Amino acid sequence: MNIIVCIKQVPNTTDVRIDPTTNTLIREGVESVINPFDAYAIEEAVRLKERCGGKVTVITMGPPQAETALREAISLGCDEAVLVSDRKFAGSDTWATSYTLSAAIKKIGAFDIILCGKQASDGDTAQVGPGISAHLDIPQVTYVKKIIEISEKTAKVERMMEEGYDVVETPLPCLFTVVKEINTPRLPSIRGLMKAKSAKPLKWTAEDIGAVPGLLGLDGSPTRVVKIFTPAPRKGGEMLKGDTSDISKELVELLKDIVTG
Amino acid sequence: MPGSITIFLDKCTGCTLCVKVCPFGAIHMANKKAVIDMAKCTLCGACVEICKFKAIEIKQEAGPKKDLSAYKDVWVFCEQKKGVIQSISFELLGEGKKLAGKLGVKLCAVILGSGIESRIEELSQRGADKIYIVDHPALKSYQDDPYTEVMVKLAEEYKPEIILCGATTIGRSLVSRVAVKIDAGLTADCTGLDIDEKERLLLQTRPAFGGNIMATIITPNHRPQMATVRHKVMKEAEIDKGHQAEVIRKSFSDDALKSRTRLLEVVEELEETINLAEADIIVSGGRGLGSAEGFAMIKELAKTLNAAVGASRAAVDSDWIPYSHQVGQTGKTVCPKLYIACGISGQIQHLIGMQSSKVIVAINKDPDAPIFKVATYGIVGDIFELVPALTKEFQRILKK
Repeated sequence: MNIIVCIKQVPNTTDVRIDPTTNTLIREGVESVINPFDAYAIEEAVRLKERCGGKVTVITMGPPQAETALREAISLGCDEAVLVSDRKFAGSDTWATSYTLSAAIKKIGAFDIILCGKQASDGDTAQVGPGISAHLDIPQVTYVKKIIEISEKTAKVERMMEEGYDVVETPLPCLFTVVKEINTPRLPSIRGLMKAKSAKPLKWTAEDIGAVPGLLGLDGSPTRVVKIFTPAPRKGGEMLKGDTSDISKELVELLKDIVTG
Repeated sequence: MPGSITIFLDKCTGCTLCVKVCPFGAIHMANKKAVIDMAKCTLCGACVEICKFKAIEIKQEAGPKKDLSAYKDVWVFCEQKKGVIQSISFELLGEGKKLAGKLGVKLCAVILGSGIESRIEELSQRGADKIYIVDHPALKSYQDDPYTEVMVKLAEEYKPEIILCGATTIGRSLVSRVAVKIDAGLTADCTGLDIDEKERLLLQTRPAFGGNIMATIITPNHRPQMATVRHKVMKEAEIDKGHQAEVIRKSFSDDALKSRTRLLEVVEELEETINLAEADIIVSGGRGLGSAEGFAMIKELAKTLNAAVGASRAAVDSDWIPYSHQVGQTGKTVCPKLYIACGISGQIQHLIGMQSSKVIVAINKDPDAPIFKVATYGIVGDIFELVPALTKEFQRILKK
């Protein structure tokens, strides 16, 4: 089984702090990590390989330093890595990003399953996974929380919904986006770390993947960011003091309008 | 030609404001002048805005301007489950009405399903001028393929200027595919929408980096302009019993609505029936509860307030409550009118998921818990005493 995992390198949100005077993000010293949701996609890919045999190829689109994320993925059990990197990709929105990744996936060749995290923790769009499957015109199941059965031709999965979950059957090849509930990612093995050290990720440019230039980067992006601003940070409010009975009465009085709605 | 960014070295004073404001860490200083790392730059314009010396310029080649005048009307994709229209759809109709008013176009509801003819009146009363209805057994429950097919065909035929959709599981899965198929711009999870009346552009504002920054996004040269919208930030359309919409029924052949995926079963598993994302009030519990039993009082308070039950990651990881209740970065993002956090310390990942709630109440025994930094009302104390006392007091005023 040929499995492809799409990942993104993102700033570690636990490090994201706001400069109290300029009210902006402090980027210095912020570590780059694999998008937390993609860690579940990597783990699931490796588990599928262990279950069915085959190969896991991890792919990312990003700046040259995103290679670090690919090496980490290899240490976690991925076999091959592809870095799609080109200055022509600058300014890509989700349309152009999913187009670029789909072009690179076509170059990788035959595949049975593509796995993505449900969304990235910096952009939070959840649009790139479905975008890739639309560009490749393959079926998709989003928010997958369990792969119940899988054979050469079909898979049966659980898709998380607001009220519970759906059981969905899909032919392969297809794309899944996965949620946290699907697994608990493993730590890298010593063997994996050794392999990551010597791994040589493939590096592909826009030309290598045969992409149409007008569909890349800012040119290929229907949307434009016109303004970025920092919302005023939420201020701590009032601390209520007193004994339990006083506090309860006071709080209920304060919230009366909301709860009687 | 792609866009470009230029630093005018004669104007740059090396003040480093742009370095600080860049959300992508793409600017550094060399010889006291700003240098852009193009591998990281997304041409977002944050630096241009902050620069006091007009030392940065971004040129965005928009290409030849397309004639977009054939596109009109504001569409709202009205999500139904088991034939019940989801409340987010009414919120979008409320917001869509305003946008349509500013543009001088019609507000249209689009509904797909099976046996949904009876929903027309409801959508009509919520202010839709036109209703596109596609009623077919294959559309009974959401499946990516047939829903995408119908939305693509409708959009191609009727050319809406704007399509709004809830940022729900279904909404996000559907419109991401549709936007790719019809070359449309799509902005995720918006919390603010407005119209630039001169340019007839939809101004879409959304949080990024977990709400630490906000971005306003436009779709200058593609139509339709598509957006998914977060729950509970827009006001529901009022009910106007006399309002009559024009109804357009579209039919599709069985063949056109074939789905590659097959829905085998729908399983409902929330412990109570209130959907976290749609709830007006959420009562959440965290590590401070100490055990699964601790959630009993949280559920009791939630029941009293007709609220949904939320949880921190710590509580979910301890198996006190299912993952579907988790609020935060790896769980759900919520913005109810009232969020009551009980025994939750407020790790950044949790705050990301709930800090846009209108009113936040935090109860925690640790006076230094970060949750108090975002709480409208904070109480330092024992949750096992305070939560039952609050429940009683609420029961009294609500006469339950």
